[in-house]
Amino acid sequence: MTSGLWELVLKGVWTTVQLLVFSALLATAVSFVVGMARTHRLWIVRFVAGVYTEVFRGTSALVMIFWVFFVLPIAFGWQLVPMWAGTLALGLTYGAYGSEVVRGALNAVDPAQREGGIALSFTPAQRMRLIVLPQAVPEMIPSFCNLLIELLKGTALVSVMGMGDLTFSANLVRLALQQSAEIYTYVLVFYFVIAFVLTRLMRGLEKRLKAGIGKDAGTERAARELKRARTTGVGGGVA
Amino acid sequence: MTWDWHAVSDFMPHFRDGLLVTLQALVLGSLLSFTLGLVWTLLMRAPTRWVRWPVGVVTEFVRDTPLLVQLFFLFYVLPEWGLTFSALTTGVFAIGLHYSTYTMQVYRAGIEAVPVGQWEAATALNLPRRRTWTVVILPQAIRRVVPALGNYVISMLKDTPMLMVITVLEMLGQARLFSQQRFQFTEPLTVIGVAFVLISYLASLLLRALERRLVR
Repeated sequence: MTSGLWELVLKGVWTTVQLLVFSALLATAVSFVVGMARTHRLWIVRFVAGVYTEVFRGTSALVMIFWVFFVLPIAFGWQLVPMWAGTLALGLTYGAYGSEVVRGALNAVDPAQREGGIALSFTPAQRMRLIVLPQAVPEMIPSFCNLLIELLKGTALVSVMGMGDLTFSANLVRLALQQSAEIYTYVLVFYFVIAFVLTRLMRGLEKRLKAGIGKDAGTERAARELKRARTTGVGGGVA
Repeated sequence: MTWDWHAVSDFMPHFRDGLLVTLQALVLGSLLSFTLGLVWTLLMRAPTRWVRWPVGVVTEFVRDTPLLVQLFFLFYVLPEWGLTFSALTTGVFAIGLHYSTYTMQVYRAGIEAVPVGQWEAATALNLPRRRTWTVVILPQAIRRVVPALGNYVISMLKDTPMLMVITVLEMLGQARLFSQQRFQFTEPLTVIGVAFVLISYLASLLLRALERRLVR
């Protein structure tokens, strides 16, 4: 491979990273808003948030990307820049997955904590911000880490729309060189390295957040495995 | 915003063809991922780390890299090595391989959740290793993991549109072809979007019913 082609690939890496960061930010915002709405006391708020989750979780990310790129401009007259169209489609889809994580973690906070807040006459907003969220957020990190990897893999989809990300640059290189084994291997390794770095970062973040509320990340892991097994219906009775 | 019902009715025959291909890819991909996943799990329990280590690295690699790139890899690289398959076969293989790295974790959790007493009882009854696995451990483990496997079938359904990029005409491929010929994008894309929501919602209801029956 020539240096010109390498430059193309590195540009692709940069686009992928940018898209990942933007859509991760949007997805985080969406998941917190929708996730908290799903624990709201008014049924209509819960219902609307539930419909959002079902619709965006139900449809495929690639179909959503096609929809944002092709239907949105015709139907509503909004033509988005590819980067923002990709961010919107990925952020909304993965935000719906994330909202389930947020809802689960909020519900997992000991009810006594909430009651304590009520007894101390905190407003609902204060209760959420000062009592529930600080305890729920560290519990979300492992699931968010998995979702972030899924999102990274999802960013490859925008290449179908001709956005110059890592996968797209790989296709260009394949066309230029008429060889595929080498470039696709490099690209897979690139993705793997990004995923590896993300996993490490999230693990560090979890440790810091856990330390902030006086929990040890090490001993919590075993407990979490148990809890996860129970929620997926995998866990069985203890002998 | 204009909505043309004629375009919807014209799209329906193509939609049916696409749906059939999608379901075909889904069923075959699921079967492959269930089988391969079990193989990986059992290999990860091998006594020597010379087996465990490579299997662990390869599956981690496959799990953390995009299915889309894996599809391109298989579709363009295998013919270079002299292996030519149809696009659908390649797609099924890629989906099955990708999701087998997820199902292996599900199986592992299921096997670890089998109570230790069951292993001890099998030893006490002097069951050979093979029978311990086939009649004692696996039936109990797989029963527990059916709902989790079902969740991955739904994810797989939502990943089948990716097969479009390697020229398989599944639902999204049909929609794209139709909209390029007729220059009507809104209707076919919305139809398949709704179809995906409906199918995955129905599947999740079915799964919940199954879960109630199997896991007690």
